[in-house]
Formats: sequence, structure tokens, C-alpha cells
Amino acid sequence: MDALNEFLARRGIYTLVMILFFLGVYGMVLAKNYLKKLMAMNVMQVAVIFFYLCFAQKEGGMIPILVPGNVDPASYINPLPHALMLTAIVVSMGTTGVAIALLMRIKEIYGSVEEREVLRRASK
Amino acid sequence: MSLALHSPVFIVLLPLSASLLCLAFSRIHRKLGAYVVQLALFGALISSLVTMRHVLAEGTKSVHYWMGNWAPPIGIEFVVDPLNTAVACMITFLAFVISFYSKPFLENEDWLHYGGYFTLYGLLTVGLCGMTVTGDVFNMYVYLEIMSLSGYGLIALGGHKSMLAAFRYLLVGTIGASLYLIGIGYLYAMTGSLNMADISERIQPFVNTPLFAFVVACFLIAFGIKMALFPLHGWQPDSYTFSHPGAAGFISGCMSKVPAYAMLRYFFYVFGIHNTVMGALMNVLGIMGICGILIGSVMALAQYDFRRMLAYSSVAQLGYIAVGMAMGNIYGFIGAVLHLINHAFMKSSLFLVVGGIAYRFGEVNLYRLGGLNKKMPVSSIATVLAVLSMIGIPPTCGFFSKWYLMLGAFEGQQYIFIAVLVVSSLLNAIYYVRIVEQMFVQREASLTEIHDPETKLGMPLSMVIPIGVTGLAILILGIYSSSLVTNIVEVGLPEVLLK
Repeated sequence: MDALNEFLARRGIYTLVMILFFLGVYGMVLAKNYLKKLMAMNVMQVAVIFFYLCFAQKEGGMIPILVPGNVDPASYINPLPHALMLTAIVVSMGTTGVAIALLMRIKEIYGSVEEREVLRRASK
Repeated sequence: MSLALHSPVFIVLLPLSASLLCLAFSRIHRKLGAYVVQLALFGALISSLVTMRHVLAEGTKSVHYWMGNWAPPIGIEFVVDPLNTAVACMITFLAFVISFYSKPFLENEDWLHYGGYFTLYGLLTVGLCGMTVTGDVFNMYVYLEIMSLSGYGLIALGGHKSMLAAFRYLLVGTIGASLYLIGIGYLYAMTGSLNMADISERIQPFVNTPLFAFVVACFLIAFGIKMALFPLHGWQPDSYTFSHPGAAGFISGCMSKVPAYAMLRYFFYVFGIHNTVMGALMNVLGIMGICGILIGSVMALAQYDFRRMLAYSSVAQLGYIAVGMAMGNIYGFIGAVLHLINHAFMKSSLFLVVGGIAYRFGEVNLYRLGGLNKKMPVSSIATVLAVLSMIGIPPTCGFFSKWYLMLGAFEGQQYIFIAVLVVSSLLNAIYYVRIVEQMFVQREASLTEIHDPETKLGMPLSMVIPIGVTGLAILILGIYSSSLVTNIVEVGLPEVLLK
């Protein structure tokens, strides 16, 4: 039981994040609907964002706003991963936007976003 | 002169600002935005040439440009070493030349399509150049995404079938980008730095840990997807085939080479290849390359759509680059870099020819090109040059990169690589020579003209000149390849290979 607790305390959150990531990949591969594939892609991107936020965390750290008198870096959490993730969120929004625009055009051309239907009409 | 000191940043800054302003200018006059982007691309070409002169002149191994004068590792820096400038010059040169080529395709479009096309085109150049010159791992992610997003857009502009190709590429490409992001995350967690030069020092205590192996695997898959390395190339044939014909030359020429170059930079300059993890990785890379060469060549043999054949041929040629990296010695490295540059020109030239044929006759079946040498003389000559180069016949540039790959394989005593290179050259000869045979020997095919040729050379002048220039570049790169190697590639060799 101790081993399990130890594992959950040290690695639990990363395991969950990785499961979330590969759930996203799994969904992208197996979903039969293009919109669902897109949603699975978003799940995957969110997993990456969680991953960064997890390793930026540290015990006893506070939000990185300079408090007068406290210049000890150990008492703040590292803000850099959060800053990186702001960029990654913007990028993932851009990707989603492009993907939805493409899906709208696919729907216009083929009349559906179901993979089987689209492939059937595309092969004609 | 102080402006010359800022030349590294202008490579990225000029096309970026021009493409963001492009739509506004296009609103004023339909074609104004395109001129602004072209001017900026020309500026980027000049700045990369200035940077190259700066890097090569003083015996300085590299130029470091600090963004906002923040010193690394805190600030973001652009690192321009001899190899970077060569690749940046290649990108900006091709981008500038092919931007003229795109215009006849857009003649009947309204301002939104005309300006939008050039916005995406400029942003693609920004992404490619940025990935080449940046010295910051996260910065590279941002440029990778700029490149990918504008690439999806340009592919989707190609017509009805291209939507599906672009959407699939988007899904697969996002997996690659996410894996790259995870890789950076682990690197940052291990080393606490995002600067490449800094990481290359701080990573050394960790090179035998499983985490490092995980990072390297992430990078291999991420860049493998983006460069269409063999088992990860599924998105590529459709995307190249259906992408916008005006941009296909640029997309096929540069969009897969720059991730390959980024991979090369990580493996040789940041991680170093002399540790067990990288040794195992090099084997994997070599196997992927060999499979890619053979399967890409065989698939290309089976195609009758000219563009699709070229796309599969790209899979094979990327295999050469992977094999060159996998040899892990100086000759293999030179061969990989040289092939990266040469292949960009060869493939661009061939895709420009196909686009020209499709523009005038609406035909892409390679068995219906009979008698084309009379109708399109310049294209036919460029095709011959590119085909000779693909097979590897001197004095075209393809010979020299294959020569260095052979030397590398001999030095490493990896005879399987030699066998594969010979077999694939034969396969190349089979599937490329049939095009030349069609063009010059077969009797004239009955083709209907859908566009007026305008000039005696068979196409509008703005399309003939890029084809001629890229065709000529194949020859020039071949003739001057020894000076390219001694002056640029050998100066920029990574330290791990020199020991």
C-alpha cells in the first residue's frame, strides 16, 4: 500500500496526464466523425498543457507575484511553463479554428463530416 | 553599418510584417499586397545573403542575435551558423522566385483570395526561416506551428479534394507538434533551460537516463511526421498532390526539408551522437531511412499521376537524408546537408514543371505528355536537368550528395546503405527516365489548351523564368558543390563529429 501511495504521490498526476494524451490520440485514430476527431485532438492538446502546469508546480510555492521583502526564488512557483502554455493555448486555438474552417468546407463539398460518407463521395 | 548587424532578425521580420499587412494592401488594390510580400521576400533574401557574408567573412563560427538585447539563456536568441545561412538562403531564394510563379494561377481571383494566398505564402516563409535560424527550443515550436498552419491553408486552397488532404495533415501534424511540445517539456524539466546551446551543455549528465530516451523518441516522431519520414509519411502524398499548384513547388521543396534540418540540428548540435541512446536512435533512423528509400521508390514507380509520383519520390529522398544522418560520420553529415539543399531545388523545379503543364493543358497524367519538348522547351530542359540530378549523374548536384553519402557509408563500413543507394538510384532511373521518354520521344499527345501560352516558350513569362532559374540552380549547385562543401558545410560541422 505504501508503494502505491508513493507512486501516486510522485508519478500519479503524470500517469493521468499521459493517459489523457493517449486517449486523445486514440480518439483521433478511431473516431468515425471528423468533428469528433477534432475534439479528440483538443483533448490531446489540453493534456500537454496539463503536463506543463504539473511540472511547474512545487510544494509550498506561491503565485509568482513579487511580494515586498520576499526575494527568495524557492518560495515562488516557476512562472515560465505557464507563460509557454499561454502561447500553446493560442496556437491550439488557431489550429482548431483552421480545422473548423476546413470542416465547414468539407461539409459544403461532401454534405457530411462522417468519415465513411466523405470517403465514399471522395472516391467517386 | 549598424543595419547589417540586425540582418538575422530581418530574415524573419520582413516577411512577417509584410504578410500581416498584405490583406490590407490587397483591399486597396487587388495586386498591391502581393507586391508588398514579394518585396519583403526579396528583402529577406538580401538579409540572409548579408548574414551569410557576415558569418563566413570573419572566421566567426556563428552570429548570435539577442532579441531585445536580453542575453541568453534568459532571452531568446537567433543563432546563425554557416549551415543555417545556407538553408535560410535556400528558403528565401525559392520563396522569392516561386512567388512570381504563383501569380498566373490567381489571375481571376478577387482581392480576398489574391491577398489571402500571399499572406499564407509569406507566413509559410516566416515559419520556415524562423525554424532555421532560431536558437530557442520553444521559439522553434511557435515557428513550427506558423509553418504548419499556413501550410494547411495553402494545401486547402488547391481545390475540392485538397480539403480532405489538408484536414488529415492537420490532425497528423498536430500529433507531431504536441509530441515536440512534450519533448521540450521534459527537456526543460531536466535542464531548466530553453536555449539550445545551454541545453547541449546541461543535458550531458542525463544522457543515459530513460527520460532522455523518451525525449529523443518524441523528437524523432515529431520531426519524422513533419518531414514525412517513412512510416510517418501517410499525410504527404495527398497533400503534395492536391496542394495549390502555385505553391506546390515551394511546399514540396522546403516544407519537409526544414523539419529534417531541425532534427539534424537537435541530434548533432544539441544532444550529441556519442551516447548509447543516440546510438540506438541512429540505428532506428537508418532503418526508417532504408525502408523509406525502397518503399518510396517502389510506390513512385506505380503512380501515373505526375504529382503523386513526385510526392512518393520525396519520401524516398527524405530517406537519403535520414540515412546520411544515421551514418554518424563527417561524410554522411555532409551528404545529408548537401542532399537537403539539392533536393529542395530538384523537387521545386519538377513541381513547377508539373504546375505549368497543369496550367496550360489541365493534364497531370505522365503518360500523356508526348511531344512536350516542342510546346514547352524551357520546362522540358529543366525536367531533364532535374531528372539527371535525381538519378545522380554529374555534373548535376544530385550526384555530389549521393557521392558523399557513398563515402560516408564506406567509412562507416555500412555496406547495406551502399546497396540501398545503388538499388534506389536504379529505381529512380526507371521512374524518372520514362518522363523524359514521354516528353522527347513519344509522339505528340492530343492535349487541349485551357490557358493561352502567351509566349513562344509555352507559358507566361512569370512561370517560365522560375522554372528556368531552378533548373539552372541544379546545374550551378552541381558545378560549385565543392566550394559549397569547403566554404560552408565544412566550416559548420558539429563538434561531435570532429573529435
